[in-house]
Amino acid sequence: MVSRKKVYMDNASSTRLDERVMEAMEPYFFDKYAVATSEFGHSMGVEAKEGLDGARKTIANKLGASPQEIVFTSGSAESSNLALKGVLSAQGGHLIISDIEDFPVLHSARTLEKNGYDVSYLPVDHEGSVDPEDLKKEIRDDTVLVSIQHANQEIGTIQDIKKLADICADKGVLFHTDATHTFTRFPFDVNEIPADLITISANAIHGPKGIGALYVREGIKIKKQMEGGFQEFDKRGGLENIPGAVGFAKAIELVTEDENDRIKGLRDRIIDRVLKEIPDTTLNGAREERLPQNANITFHYVEGESITLHMDMRGVSVSTGSACFSRSLEASHVIMGIGGDHERAHGSVRFSLGRYSTKEDVDYVVDNIKEVVERLREISPLGKE
Amino acid sequence: MGLPYSEKVIEYFKNPKNVGKIEDPDGKAQEGSPACGDMVKVYIKVDQDTQTITDIKFESYGCASNIATGSIITEMAKGRTVEEAKSITWQDAADELGGLPPIKAHCSVLAIDGLRSAIRDYEERHGLVKEKEPTTAEVVEKRLKRVMNPMTGLDVIRTDLIHDISVEEGVVEIYVDLTEDHQFANAIKEDIKEKIEPMWDVEKVVVHFVE
Repeated sequence: MVSRKKVYMDNASSTRLDERVMEAMEPYFFDKYAVATSEFGHSMGVEAKEGLDGARKTIANKLGASPQEIVFTSGSAESSNLALKGVLSAQGGHLIISDIEDFPVLHSARTLEKNGYDVSYLPVDHEGSVDPEDLKKEIRDDTVLVSIQHANQEIGTIQDIKKLADICADKGVLFHTDATHTFTRFPFDVNEIPADLITISANAIHGPKGIGALYVREGIKIKKQMEGGFQEFDKRGGLENIPGAVGFAKAIELVTEDENDRIKGLRDRIIDRVLKEIPDTTLNGAREERLPQNANITFHYVEGESITLHMDMRGVSVSTGSACFSRSLEASHVIMGIGGDHERAHGSVRFSLGRYSTKEDVDYVVDNIKEVVERLREISPLGKE
Repeated sequence: MGLPYSEKVIEYFKNPKNVGKIEDPDGKAQEGSPACGDMVKVYIKVDQDTQTITDIKFESYGCASNIATGSIITEMAKGRTVEEAKSITWQDAADELGGLPPIKAHCSVLAIDGLRSAIRDYEERHGLVKEKEPTTAEVVEKRLKRVMNPMTGLDVIRTDLIHDISVEEGVVEIYVDLTEDHQFANAIKEDIKEKIEPMWDVEKVVVHFVE
């Protein structure tokens, strides 16, 4: 066994908070903790509102949007729930999503379907891409909303988001995208890409947990899902999470192009080394059009939870699409969606990188997974002929 | 360390016992399949005079519970008679391992199935089995005791999850007391099909969710 250290490669699930984000948030816990109020309220409330407004402006700028189009939520899951349930319950009609959406979109769609709404599911190709022609064919006269993710949470494949959004704009159908994993990693300007609703979250980029936002293009009819007061332009009730919003804005400022390039280099190192040095491995997702922070590889003849547990004992955190690892005991719907079989999901491992990942980490992980897979293959009945 | 497994499970997972293949076994079996998830193969050598299992080995394409259970049941079965080995239950293996998380019952029961099937293979090859029994609702119910309820770690019969079973001309219909969108509905359905479909006179298995 190679000497033990701690390596975190599950950044797609959650990231470590950046200290600079913590510093930016701190005053809003201890000094500026009042509720955000208008200028007619108390002065501490005005101070709090300035923090909230500033954060909203930073996020709006990043998307080329106006501040009043940014609705703060508790995170990606709530944003996507609001987008799908909010639009459908306000406008009625037909919904289209892809087969490999993350759970907030997928499960919101299933709930809507159960409640009588008509939902269509678009297939993806073997790399996880939606064919824009399929989308064109699926849009009907009563289609009100299309929801297709910007990039996939498990296999990292990036969609041709401009083309998909353009098709919807042409047909007069609303377009929502879950951009949780691409936000700040790729430029996204709503004046270039005509998306109407965009899900984003702070925790994907070393910001705090419990804060996200939904971009809602001006004028779109959407029904509030979280009742409370008239906060967030009457689109989301409840006391605003101002420290979270401020932290989210700070996290956005800290992501640089250099960082994205560096992470992409590490990703390529994982993919290249594993595919070259470990036999019977398959990359899941696209090789080029993929998230800079994501590598997902199937190690044939072995099971994913066994790999992750062995890796954990060596100090490494990674995740798997194996049924044994999932809370519902079902194999990853993403791997199945790209035409993979149970076997491909069973041995799949996701490595997701972040700001604190290093080249040393990558080499440590590859060296160790090589040993682990070799040991597990020794006890496997498969792949020996 | 905060892992959901006992120290013994981790120990057997890290250093599995009796792993490998027996060339020229007296009985062998494969349970599960790569298509469904976990898979185990079990090989046995039996002393004909004493009906004692003299050697036993297993191979696993599975998770930690599967590997650990394979290790423990091979240790438990070695040196015992075929009849004794047949009566080893999942619960015996789980107890010996210091407990298993309920959600993992499904993965570990395969090893027990593997052992029993290897013994049956031995009996068939040596002319020790009676006629094939036709599949009735009672037979299905008995077989469903090998399908685990991931919420409790006990089988679906014992936890009253099976509402009704009907068998008619090779078609087995099973009514499960769960809603269709329950967290584990799909996993349980797959598991039931995996256990009942291979029965010799069963042509089709239909699982209904009722609540």
